[in-house]
Amino acid sequence: MDYATNVKILKFHPEKCKGCLECEKACSQVHFKTNDGGEKSAIRIHKLEKGYTMHVCDQRGLCLDMCPVGALTRRKNGVVWLDKDTCIGCQACVGFCPIGAMRKADIRIEPFKCISCGACVRACPEKALELVEVKIANIKQVVYHKLGG
Amino acid sequence: MVEGQIVIEEYKTGNTHHTWDLKKMQLAHKVLKNFSYKKSDVIKGYANRTLYVNLSTGVIKEKPVTDEMKKKFTGGRGFGLKLLWDSIKPTTRWNSEENELLITTGPLCGTTQYAGSGKSLCLSVSPSTNIVCDCNVGGFFGPYLKFAGFDALEIQGKAKEDVVIIIDGEKGTITIETAPLEETNTHLLSEQLTQMYASENTNKSRQKVSVVSSGLAAENSYWGCLNFSFYDIRRKIPRIKQAGRGGLGTILRDKNIKALVVKIEHFDGISNHPADPVSLVQVGTKLHREIRNLDRYQCNMRAVGTGHLVEIMDAYDLLPTENYRFGSFPKASKIYSQKFYELFTKIIPDGCWHGCTLACAKTVDGYTVMTGPYKGEKVTVDGPEYETIGACSNMSLWEPLWVLEFNFYCDTYGIDTISAGTAIAFYMEMYEYGILNKERCDGLELCFGNAEAVLQLLHWIAQGDCSTFVKVAAKGVRRMKDWIYQNGWGEKQIIEDSGMESKGLEFSEYVTKESLAMQGGYGLTLKGPQHDEAWLIFMDMVNNTIPTFQMKAEALHYYPIWRTWFGLNGLCKLPWNDIEPANNAETSEPSKVPEHVQNYVEYQNAMTGWNITKEDLILQSERCYNWQRAMNVWMGRGQRKDDWIPFRAMGPVTEMEYISRKERYDKQLVEKLGKSEKDVEKMTVPDKLRILYEYRRDQYEKLTDAVYYRRGWTPNGIPTPQKMKQLGFTDKKMLKMLEDKIAADERNRLNVWGGFYKKGEHPPTTDHQYWQKWN
Repeated sequence: MDYATNVKILKFHPEKCKGCLECEKACSQVHFKTNDGGEKSAIRIHKLEKGYTMHVCDQRGLCLDMCPVGALTRRKNGVVWLDKDTCIGCQACVGFCPIGAMRKADIRIEPFKCISCGACVRACPEKALELVEVKIANIKQVVYHKLGG
Repeated sequence: MVEGQIVIEEYKTGNTHHTWDLKKMQLAHKVLKNFSYKKSDVIKGYANRTLYVNLSTGVIKEKPVTDEMKKKFTGGRGFGLKLLWDSIKPTTRWNSEENELLITTGPLCGTTQYAGSGKSLCLSVSPSTNIVCDCNVGGFFGPYLKFAGFDALEIQGKAKEDVVIIIDGEKGTITIETAPLEETNTHLLSEQLTQMYASENTNKSRQKVSVVSSGLAAENSYWGCLNFSFYDIRRKIPRIKQAGRGGLGTILRDKNIKALVVKIEHFDGISNHPADPVSLVQVGTKLHREIRNLDRYQCNMRAVGTGHLVEIMDAYDLLPTENYRFGSFPKASKIYSQKFYELFTKIIPDGCWHGCTLACAKTVDGYTVMTGPYKGEKVTVDGPEYETIGACSNMSLWEPLWVLEFNFYCDTYGIDTISAGTAIAFYMEMYEYGILNKERCDGLELCFGNAEAVLQLLHWIAQGDCSTFVKVAAKGVRRMKDWIYQNGWGEKQIIEDSGMESKGLEFSEYVTKESLAMQGGYGLTLKGPQHDEAWLIFMDMVNNTIPTFQMKAEALHYYPIWRTWFGLNGLCKLPWNDIEPANNAETSEPSKVPEHVQNYVEYQNAMTGWNITKEDLILQSERCYNWQRAMNVWMGRGQRKDDWIPFRAMGPVTEMEYISRKERYDKQLVEKLGKSEKDVEKMTVPDKLRILYEYRRDQYEKLTDAVYYRRGWTPNGIPTPQKMKQLGFTDKKMLKMLEDKIAADERNRLNVWGGFYKKGEHPPTTDHQYWQKWN
């Protein structure tokens, strides 16, 4: 089987962002069919003292090995995908995500994450977001299971 | 080495592949009994009914779980005790018709969000001890039993031929079927049944099946264990965890049960229907993060499992070697966790239940079997865990591959590595002294370190038709002691003092000689010498935080009761204190891990919707702890004489042991017994041994006095009716039995403290019927 070598991840242009959160609303529409954004969005925009920052999954895939039931897989397009019908809601991936990008909303037991669908990119009126292709080998991270400190 | 981001479908263990004619096997099944039940949801952690199966009469029925039962017994082991009390008699022995095998769950069992929430609690009257034995075990069976609709499974009676009991949560049926063609040994049987009963030929389907089985050696020994399977989608095999202690696998086979199978239709993260899933997720995720951040600096469970303890125990003189004669050994570094890490397959998750990120269940895949019927086959070895490695060091086996071999055969033959290892270590010591010899052991050279002889003994036990030696050896230390006496082969004292059993059960793998509190942790127990009640060695010996009898007694009150709590809920104890919050050392009582206790308060509340406090958790446990002790009394045991431990657990038995730690013991003679250094120099080793012996025996008696008093028991160790009433019990049969027993003890002058109190020393109280005032 051929595996993806590249994956599209989100790139943020902070100088363009005005904090309208249209991206979050679009994302929560994808995942929960609501415009709530916030905890129901896989992409989060945080206000800093000056400007904004983006917080989202970068498809590094450390969570893949954490899933006891195989609900997390890397799809053909390289995206790390959580199949919520297989997921048993253990939150191991949430707890072990090194950047806290595996999300959990109170209304559903299964977590959710960025699937690089581009809904946020399309929703952004300022063009502050774009999808860029990177090599998986360059971003891949393996969960810690080594001996010693 | 396989590194992470593994494509699940592609990982291969390299194990020998088997193809079986499963259709033929299944066609040979004869359905003996079929029972349908109405499927229903679990509500706030409870299925609200238990399942009763009688193999003699064919009766299968549901029993309701009442609110009263939840209040008094909580669940899990508590439910098991209650069901046993209602079903057995004080004269029931392990192989009695009415003896039951129970597998119970608990309200928190099956939760996926909080690490260590998949334990089943198994209970029965043990062949080793003739009292109730409780064992906790991982694997999927318990959670699936609950999701199939039952808080507990209760099996009474015996089948006439080998059967499997199938609990089909998909169809809502229970069937008892004969199973003549399947293997008996676990590594094959669990694979056959998992494939046979999976609804589809997929990984996903196989993961929804769990099998409980034992093996051929369980039939011929008192060490039978129950293997609980959990299907691993990466390795594509059912892996196993053991309910090891007390011979429950022996009971399974005595009932002619080849296996129990449970399958479920579906489950997800809220199949327990918690009252407050949001809080549950919060507390569970917090623990996941703690494990992620800190495990590598603390126990390193995720890398090496419980084997990390080997080097620590060796460093502190606590690793049992040569039948507990020593606590460390020059060759021990050959079995440090690093050596097993090199052999382990480094793929994870490795939890024995979903969502356990402590992930201590390690395997060696593609291990080539060196001896016996499976010689040359490549298999997955589940483990070894610390206790198994410790059992091997006890037999002086220092080659990791022999540890794996011992581990594999014990598992597949269905016997407990702890009991087998501890017992064989004792036989080896007897061999060294010439009390046993080649002739008496059927030509087996059972000397320390002879791994091939150890494996040969296991193969003989599994084969069955064997000599008196093998038959007795397979029943463990207690029966071997009696057999040696009967034959007049050795001096009673050395045999009695060095065979490491209490109540008939073999010790688990820690040297307790220098920790009085830990001696109590092994002796003053319900089922026998197992470390699951209390592990106080570091508090007592290394950190010296419990120096007085009173403080030790407090610890021997709190910890056994606290640790019992896990078993009432279907939880594993490891995530309580084998991972600690970063600031734990700065808390007022670090050894209790206060933040984690608070987690459990929140966890139980979030599941059940109750509003309990940490004191209530202790009360839940104290009830069941006392109930089990009272049941021991009811069955003629549970008294001071039954809480005795062999002297090897208290101090040096032989001159060699004394000389090997001469400096330590000489110093104690000066500091603790008031001897002058000059006197000590003049004394012979046997004299020193005798003095130390008397002193330590008396210390143990005094500890027993203090502990019984703290627990609210009589000086003979009987829970008083007053205590039981305080705990909320009103069962007249129980209260009357205890009252009668205490009156009989009074007549027989057994209500007296055991310690020898010199001038200036006092027993816990001078009122030897102190509980009478509690009315």
